[in-house]
Amino acid sequence: MSTTPSPVPSTREAVIIGGNRIPFSRAGKKYVRTSNQDMFTAALEGLVARFGLQGERLGEVVGGAVLKHSKNFNLIRESVLGSSLAPTTPAYDVQQACATGLEAAIAVTNKIKLGQIESAIAGGTDTVSDAPIVVSDRLRAALLDANHAKTTGAKVKALLQIRPKDLAPATPSTGEPRTHLSMGEHQAITTAKWGITREAQDEIAYNSHQNLARAWEAGFFDDLVTPFKGLTRDDNLRPDTSLEKLAKLKPVFGAKLADPATMTAGNSTPLTDGASAVLFASRAWAEERELPILAKFVDAETAAVDFVHGHEGLLMAPVAAVPRLLARNGLTLDDLDFLEIHEAFASTVLTTLAAWEDEEYCRTEFGLDGAFGKVDRSKLNVNGSSLAAGHPFAATGGRIIATAAKLVAAKAKETGRPARALISVCAAGGLGAVALVESV
Amino acid sequence: MTDSYLNLANGTLKPVFKKLGLPQPAILRRYRPGSPLTVGPVLVVSDDASAGDADAVAKVLSGWDVDVRRSPETAEGERFGAVVLVLTGAETPAAVSAPVLTVAGTLRRLAGNGRVVSISRAVADGDAPVLAATRGGVEGLVRSLGKELRGGSTANGIQLTGDAAVDSASAVATLRFFLSAKSAYVDGQLLPVGPSDAAGPVDWEAPLAGQVAVVTGAARGIGAAIARTMARDGAKVVVIDVPPAGESLATVANEIGGVALQLDITADDAADKILAATKPLGGLDILVHNAGITRDKLLANMTADKWDPVIAVNLTAQLQINERLLAAGVEGLRIVSLASTTGLAGNRGQTNYGYTKAGVIANAAAGAPVLAATGGTTNAVAPGWIETEMTAKVPALTRTVARRMPSLGQGGLPVDIAEAISFLASGPAAGINGQTLRVCGQHMVGK
Ligand SMILES: NC(=O)c1ccc[n+]([C@@H]2O[C@H](COP(=O)([O-])OP(=O)(O)OC[C@H]3O[C@@H](n4cnc5c(N)ncnc54)[C@H](O)[C@@H]3O)[C@@H](O)[C@H]2O)c1
Repeated sequence: MSTTPSPVPSTREAVIIGGNRIPFSRAGKKYVRTSNQDMFTAALEGLVARFGLQGERLGEVVGGAVLKHSKNFNLIRESVLGSSLAPTTPAYDVQQACATGLEAAIAVTNKIKLGQIESAIAGGTDTVSDAPIVVSDRLRAALLDANHAKTTGAKVKALLQIRPKDLAPATPSTGEPRTHLSMGEHQAITTAKWGITREAQDEIAYNSHQNLARAWEAGFFDDLVTPFKGLTRDDNLRPDTSLEKLAKLKPVFGAKLADPATMTAGNSTPLTDGASAVLFASRAWAEERELPILAKFVDAETAAVDFVHGHEGLLMAPVAAVPRLLARNGLTLDDLDFLEIHEAFASTVLTTLAAWEDEEYCRTEFGLDGAFGKVDRSKLNVNGSSLAAGHPFAATGGRIIATAAKLVAAKAKETGRPARALISVCAAGGLGAVALVESV
Repeated sequence: MTDSYLNLANGTLKPVFKKLGLPQPAILRRYRPGSPLTVGPVLVVSDDASAGDADAVAKVLSGWDVDVRRSPETAEGERFGAVVLVLTGAETPAAVSAPVLTVAGTLRRLAGNGRVVSISRAVADGDAPVLAATRGGVEGLVRSLGKELRGGSTANGIQLTGDAAVDSASAVATLRFFLSAKSAYVDGQLLPVGPSDAAGPVDWEAPLAGQVAVVTGAARGIGAAIARTMARDGAKVVVIDVPPAGESLATVANEIGGVALQLDITADDAADKILAATKPLGGLDILVHNAGITRDKLLANMTADKWDPVIAVNLTAQLQINERLLAAGVEGLRIVSLASTTGLAGNRGQTNYGYTKAGVIANAAAGAPVLAATGGTTNAVAPGWIETEMTAKVPALTRTVARRMPSLGQGGLPVDIAEAISFLASGPAAGINGQTLRVCGQHMVGK
C-alpha cells in the first residue's frame, strides 16, 4: 500500500569531505591475525593523515563490525583511542549486518543535520581471518555452571558433563538463524524466481573487475585508500579475468533447486577483510577549515522484507527502500547520475533491476502505477563494486559512500550541473539501507 | 644502517684503533632543542681592517648567551667551542697572516665537535686581482683546515656578497647554523650570503613558525627526516609520496601533525594537488623537492627504462611543478632541492642520476633571479653519503669504503640533510639564493 510521503523536513546539510579505507584483502591472505580494531584504527589513521585531523575532537565516530569478538564491545571507541584523534572524541558501535557502514553514516549525518554535532566519522570493519570462535552451547553451559558453582565438588561435577565432541568450536556461519539457509542459497532462490541467467551474472562480475581495475589505474583511489600491511591494492581484483574464464567456474549455490544453478564463486563476493571510514561534517565546519566538500549526504531510507515466510527474497529489501527514498525527494531513477548497488552477488543487482522493471511487481508490492523504472546500465557501479573489491561486511558502506561522493563531485565539475548518486546495500535478516548523495 | 666501524672505534677498543693508526671518526654532536649553541666559549679573531665587523659579530654572539672571547688566552684546561675568523676587511694576503696564526694557536684547544667559521667577502666581478686573491684564498684555507680538524670539529665559511653586512639577518642566521650542532655533517663548505631585507626569527627554536611546507618523497629516509625537522621548527607540513608508500606516509604525517598527500610527483596535475593540499593550511611557503630514485647502470648498458624514469622523477617533475606554481602566482616561495655529490663529481654507473643532480644544481642557480623577483629563493643541498634505505642497497664493501671517505670519517644521517634544508628554507636565510650547499662531511669527491 502506498502512502503519500511526507516532505523531507528542512535541516542543515551534512557534507562528505572524504573517505579512506585500507585495501580489501581476501580472507586468509594479507590480514591474517589482524584484528578489526587494528584495521579500523588504520582506516582512521589514514583519514586523519589525509585531512590533518591529529588531536582534533570530532563530534562522533560511529561504526561497527558484523563478525565481532565479545571483547570488542567498544570496538570503535577503542579504535579512536588508538588513533591520532583527540581522546575526547566520543564513539559508539552499531551493527546492521552488511548495512552497518551505511547505517553508521545515516546516524552521524542525522546528528549533523540536527545540529547535535559538527563533524563525524562513520565506517566499519570486518575480518573473516580473525573471526571469533564460538564454543559449543554444551561446553558453554558446563563452563558457566562450573563458574557459578560454590564448592569445588560442584565445580568438578559441572566440568565432568563435558564430552569430547563438545570441544569442537561452533563454526561461524552466514546462515540465517530462522531459515538455516546460507545467504547464497537464499539468493539462489531469488535468482531462479526472476530467471536471471548465468551469462547476465558473469557480465556483471566481469564489468565489476574491469571498472575497478580502470579506476585503480586512473588513480581514482589515490585519495581514497591508504596501503596497509604491505598491501597497496584490493587483492581480490582480477583485471585479467574474462567472460570465458568466469563461464568455466562451477556453480556453488542453488544446486538443490529445480532450475539450473547459476551462482559461482566468480559472480558471488568472496569473504574479505578490510575497513573503511568516511569524514562528514556540517558545511560550516568544513568551510572553516577550508576542507574540500565532495558532496552532501541528502537522505536515506531503510527497509525490511519478509523472507522468513518466503514472501520475498532475503536480499530484496533495497528494492522497496529506493522507491520510497526517491519519492520522498521528488526524484525518479532518471534523475540519478550514478547507481551504486552493492554486489553481494551479481544476481542481487540483477534481481533488483528486474523487480523495478516489473509492472506487476511494482503495482502489487509498492502500489505504484506501473514499473518503477529501468536503470541505465552505464550509470551502474561505474568504478566497480564488491564483486571485484571484495566485501568486508561492515566496511562496504564506507567504500561506496566515498566512491559515490567523489563521482558526483567530478561529474558536477565536468558538467556544471548537480550530480546525484544512489547507494543501495542489502543485508542479512531481510534488511536493506539506501541513501542519496548529491554534489554541492 | 648502523655503521659498526664507527661504534667500534668509539667503544672499548678506542685505544687500539688509535694505536693502529686507524681512522677515528667521532660521534657527532647533533642538535637538541634547548641545548647550548656551542660546546664552549667562542673566540672572535680578525685582521685589523675587519675589527669593526668582528665587534659586530661579537655583539651578535653575546645576544645568544654565548661566552664570547676576543683574546686567545684560556684558563688551564679550558677549550674553545668555536673560533670565528673575520676577514671581511682584508685587502692583501699579508693582512690575513696574523689572525690566521692566532687561530692556529688555538686549534689544540678546540673542543671536540668544535667549529671554525670564517667570514669573508666573496670574490666579485671587477675585484682588483690582489683583492680577489686575498678573498679567494680563504676558500683554500677553509677546505684544507676542514681536512685537518679531528674529533668531529668542522671548518666552514660565510662569503658575503654584494653589500651584505656581517650582522645582516642572513649572515647572522648562517653563522648560527655553522656554529650549531645543526651543521654537524657540513664541513669544508663556503656559503655565499647576499643582502636581504629579511628579519631574524623571533624564536631560534621555531624558525619556521607559521610556515607551510611541502616535502616530496617524505614516507621514509631523508624526506621523512626533513618533514620531522621542519615540524619541529614550527612548520605545518604536507608530506607527499607515491600512493604505494601511503602507509608510512600517513604515519609520518600523524607523528608530526601534518597532512599526507599520496601523489606521484610526475603526475600532470601535481602542482594543482599541492596547491589544493596547502590551501586549508594557509598557502604554500616552502617546497622541498626531495623525492628521488636511482637506476644505476653503466652508460654502455643504459636503456630507456633506466634513464627516463630517473630524469622524470629527479628533474622533470620538479621543473614542471615549479613552473606551474609560479604561473599560478605563488609568491615568496622558498624552494630547496636535493642534489647530490654525484651531481658535482660524477659517479661511475650513475650517468642518469648524475645528469639529474647536476641539473638540479644548475636549475637552482638559474632559478634564483626568477624566484627573487617574487620574493622567494631556490637552493639545493648536495648530500654526500647518507645512511638511508637508498644507500643500504649499495654493496657492503663499497658502503664501508664510502663511509671512510669524508673528512669526518663517517656517513651522515638523514637529519643532517634536514637541518641544512630547514635552515635554507627559514625566513632569515633569504639572502642565500641559487646556492648548492654540500652536506657531505667533506667528502673527497668534487669541489
Ligand atoms: N641517501 C643518500 O646518501 C643520498 C645522497 C645524495 C642524494 N640523495 C637524495 O636525497 C633524496 C632522498 O633520498 P633517500 O636516500 O631518502 O631515498 P629513499 O629512496 O629512501 O626515499 C625517496 C622517497 O621518494 C619517494 N619517491 C620516489 N619517486 C617518487 C615520485 N615519483 N613521487 C613521489 N615520491 C616519490 C620514494 O617512494 C621514497 O619514499 C633523493 O633525491 C636522493 O637522490 C640521497
